[in-house]
Amino acid sequence: MTKRQKRGVPEGLWERCPGCQTSIYRKEAERRLNVCPHCEYHFYVPAADRIRQLLDEGTFEECDAHLRPTDPLGFKDRKAYIDKLHDEQERTGLLDAAMTGTGMIRARRVAFGMTDSAFFMGSMGSVVGERLTRLIERATQQKLPLIIVSGSGGGARMHEGILSLMQMAKVSAALARFDSAGGLFISVLTNPTMGGVAASFASLGDVVFAEPKALIGFAGPRTIKATIKIELPKGFQTSEFLLEHGFIDRIVHREKLKSEIARTIDYCGK
Amino acid sequence: MEAPAPGPGFEFEQPIFDLQSKLRSLEQLEDKTEAVKQEIRHLKREVARVIQEIYDNLSPWQTVQVARHKNRPHTVDYLSLVFDEFVELHGDKLFGDDRAILCGFAKLGQYKTMVIGHEKGRTYKERTACYFGCAHPEGYRKAMAKMRMAEKFQVPVICLIDTPGAYPGIGAEERGQAQVIAENMYEMSRLKTPIICVVIGEGGSGGALGIGVGDRVAMLQYSYYSVISPEGCAGILWKSHAYAEQAATALRFTSKDLSRFGVVDHVIQEPLGGAHRDHHQTAQRVKMYLMKSLRELLAVPADKLIDQRYDRFRRLGQFLEGDQPGAGSETDRASA
Ligand SMILES: [Zn+2]
Repeated sequence: MTKRQKRGVPEGLWERCPGCQTSIYRKEAERRLNVCPHCEYHFYVPAADRIRQLLDEGTFEECDAHLRPTDPLGFKDRKAYIDKLHDEQERTGLLDAAMTGTGMIRARRVAFGMTDSAFFMGSMGSVVGERLTRLIERATQQKLPLIIVSGSGGGARMHEGILSLMQMAKVSAALARFDSAGGLFISVLTNPTMGGVAASFASLGDVVFAEPKALIGFAGPRTIKATIKIELPKGFQTSEFLLEHGFIDRIVHREKLKSEIARTIDYCGK
Repeated sequence: MEAPAPGPGFEFEQPIFDLQSKLRSLEQLEDKTEAVKQEIRHLKREVARVIQEIYDNLSPWQTVQVARHKNRPHTVDYLSLVFDEFVELHGDKLFGDDRAILCGFAKLGQYKTMVIGHEKGRTYKERTACYFGCAHPEGYRKAMAKMRMAEKFQVPVICLIDTPGAYPGIGAEERGQAQVIAENMYEMSRLKTPIICVVIGEGGSGGALGIGVGDRVAMLQYSYYSVISPEGCAGILWKSHAYAEQAATALRFTSKDLSRFGVVDHVIQEPLGGAHRDHHQTAQRVKMYLMKSLRELLAVPADKLIDQRYDRFRRLGQFLEGDQPGAGSETDRASA
């Protein structure tokens, strides 16, 4: 077994906030759900902490934890994918980037999933696609509200090639069935949500929330810059940019996320 | 309609061009002796043999070059060679008319169909007008609007996929590139009319998948379909586009690989030396495949059709599923 390592706010008492460059006291940020006390910058939250923040204590039951990634292409760049996988598993204590299960949010039973951006940039390969699809199918059968929190800078995981791309179609098709059955899907976008994850389940919520100042988009900013060869506007591809252009319902501060989800479930409940 | 004259060829085709120029000079001789005539017959056989040999052994990177060949048949070529009539339907009724995706009614033998196809353009002017086949959100919205209408009137949908990828730009992000691709897959998965997708050239990532969810997904032999372009992959993982050839090999995106993964149901064989050498024959083969698939799909009730479509994509993926994490019995849940 791999040992669980604490990720996110780096080790040490102090750290620099990428939002305002202030040195902040780690304990203070942690007490505020990893949000900067000066500028409200939302730091990365590891899967286990996210579950603790959103679900009622002790109610989360993980599903499909036994699914493990493999190497369908025999992919190798300067290093073999299979070795990188082992390194990521060792480093994060996760078997792959998605964690799924059931639990309670303020006493409302939900199907809950998330992608952890620490594991291969939260990218979607076969395991992420399969875990999410099974979660959605379970939510459909048990008539549960579905909550998926995305943190995926990597989009579809290129090391698993076309099979990663196909997970986008697979998960989207499962969501369409869930929708046809009348299910409620709340999609929560966190920093970053890009590429094939943004272009599949993350954008398909009945209600789409985003944490403040998250990077969200289809093409990476560097790709866009290389294509159009002009500077990108300030605030491009942020939560605020998406709200302004009409693609998300609400920007929700992390401290309010749990209560906003519960309230939305109540509005959509029978 | 003639196939365009062969343009500048690939380096790997040099042996073909050498033989062909020899052949031409012999054919230009005024008085051909019996020996010359025999040599001409021999050279013709040689040309065919060498083309076959080269194309039987294309590397993945060479396949990408063939898929991008400037004379490779595009959607407009299939519209005139496969279909009897094309009634273009423009516009997404919301923002504009994206020239990178063409939509419209078309007659295929006795069948009425809705054709949705990426178009890359051939002249420089055409190519810039459609951003080299890279669609914007309005292109995907237009495609979905026409597909919804096809569903309403029970007209089957045919999608011809040929794009380097969805356009990466400021306007594309402002108008919801991620959103439209997601929504197209979502709605296509439950559209109550048959959908047949054929990758005819480049299957560039989400931009391809945005019109790529169907009951049947086929691929021309020398097309490719990938999660990322070989150049993009090389740039990220090798930190240099110069490694595109290595990336092309690593990504396993040729028709042979995709059949093995179960991502495509059928590979349409290309004529000797690739589709760009013979548009007519390529079009005939595409037509035969479409007719056969339509016949099969139109016999399936709509509810069963979308259940089967769901299962088709549901199967895709490879992972390990043992009883305990890290150890125990492993079940390779490979698809295909
Ligand atoms: Zn700050």
